[in-house]
Amino acid sequence: MAEPITVPTPQQIIEPAIAGRTETMVLNMGPHHPSTHGVLRLVLELDGEVVVNVAPDVGYLHTGIEKTMESKTYQKAVVLTDRMDYLAPLSNNLCYALAVEKLLGVEIPERAQIARVLLTELQRISSHLVWLGTHALDLAAMSVFLYAFREREQILDIFELVSGARMMTSYFRIGGLAYDLPADFIPTVEQFLAIMPSRIDEYEDLLTANPLWLERTVGVGVIDAQSAIALGLTGANLRATGVAYDVRKAMPYSGYETYSFEIPIGKNGDIYDRYRVRMAEMRQSVKIVQQATERLRELGPGPVVTSNRKVAPPPKHEITESMESLIHHFKLWTEGFKPPRGDAYVSIESPRGILGCYVVSDGSPKPWRVHFRAPSFINLQSLAHMAKGRLVADLVALIASLDPVLGEVDR
Amino acid sequence: MDNQTVLAALRAKVGKEILAVNEFRGDLSVTLTPAGYLAAAQFLRDDPELAYTFLENLCGVDYLGRKPRFEVVAHLTSMRHRHRVCLKVGCDEPNPAVPSLTPLFPTANYQERETFDLLGITFTGHPSLTRILLPDDWVGHPLRKDHPLGDEEIAFSFNQDRIYARKPFARE
Repeated sequence: MAEPITVPTPQQIIEPAIAGRTETMVLNMGPHHPSTHGVLRLVLELDGEVVVNVAPDVGYLHTGIEKTMESKTYQKAVVLTDRMDYLAPLSNNLCYALAVEKLLGVEIPERAQIARVLLTELQRISSHLVWLGTHALDLAAMSVFLYAFREREQILDIFELVSGARMMTSYFRIGGLAYDLPADFIPTVEQFLAIMPSRIDEYEDLLTANPLWLERTVGVGVIDAQSAIALGLTGANLRATGVAYDVRKAMPYSGYETYSFEIPIGKNGDIYDRYRVRMAEMRQSVKIVQQATERLRELGPGPVVTSNRKVAPPPKHEITESMESLIHHFKLWTEGFKPPRGDAYVSIESPRGILGCYVVSDGSPKPWRVHFRAPSFINLQSLAHMAKGRLVADLVALIASLDPVLGEVDR
Repeated sequence: MDNQTVLAALRAKVGKEILAVNEFRGDLSVTLTPAGYLAAAQFLRDDPELAYTFLENLCGVDYLGRKPRFEVVAHLTSMRHRHRVCLKVGCDEPNPAVPSLTPLFPTANYQERETFDLLGITFTGHPSLTRILLPDDWVGHPLRKDHPLGDEEIAFSFNQDRIYARKPFARE
């Protein structure tokens, strides 16, 4: 490494400028700026139009989710996880549910496992479509946005079908799913699968060989694999540097080891490679969803939540017939369940990178501590490393290519 | 790579600094002294056989009523061996402090700033330890267990003058 990697703070850029020790200009970009993808403030140190240094200032959306979760029972805290990464609520649900299930040591029924994989992969496609649309929009390619949101709408309709909500789904609960998949779920997903591959071709037709797109993305925002790992860059951003690390393969969860899919990787670690990796990921996700749909059809109806009545409530019809079921139901909704003392850390591959959840239990029905390793938050650290010496216009492309979600950055 | 191999390597290197070893649901966590925490992280990163080059997660926990009160938890991942190990280090009041991992892993920068901001744990050796999520002139560390939930009054138009009077940052 030529020079040590530094992550500047806004104060480190502002203070010398105020004291008049620099010849450069300091400029605020954001927090209300359309291409910062949310309430992100960037403090830029500029020499003409060249970025000398840049420091993200985050925290505008801090809502204390980790603190709030400590005052809710494990089951009730699920709804808060939706609100972090609002472009991938199901991935957040899954990560939190897996961490608590690890604490409890419960087994999840096959049907729920398949549904989880299927829906999180649809979630990945929908999240990547928002990234694609807004990324292209930032680089003045308007039409891609309209195409991408057309398909995203279709995925949100599927989510509405299964959970009743388009975005704040809270569909994965501890022990399984909130309720069973609806009868017309498989045909609806198959309808989507039939059109999606050709639609990805359409997006690629618009961008992949587009000279304007190439001009703005090839060789811009380059990071090498070693620096990317040192800075904790994960997800498609890391894989674009050529590191084939995907949690779904490296430490499989929810039965990912039984699906056949590939990990697309890039070579140069620039914005174009990140674009290629995410486009290829969407195709892989379609492949996984296809396999999951077939499995769901083969498996037929079955339980979607664990049979452990200390963790998940009994089915409704049982409550009217069995005294024991009624007691379980009452205890679960008034008191909650008590995991054994201990701590568990689980990480999953969310659309943005490695999403981790660390849960500490003190043996009471409420979590003692919940911490989320938010990929957007940690990915932002590498912004300065990649933007130094580039133009402000490249910085806009760079933020879009990192795909941060500010709700998750600030939590 | 499995837990026992890593543990044996750690025992050979920083055996005297290990305070406790715990295995829960197949995950290995090692509690160390502050000096051992830094040495272990460096050893795990630099040893070519182990190659725990990726600091996946770093956070703090407030165990109010326990000695030591605070604990910093770091999860190191070896991408080559697909294995994760958890290092823990305790620190206590009145000035909770642990060595910073930022010189070893630049990714610890934001995570340590977040832990400092929300829990008030100082990381010695951190290049720029300032608040990150909360405003710079914020008083207190909200993730501490003795910080009550709902302590922060929500500002509406009818009461904002009274609330903002004690918050200089809100008027900027």
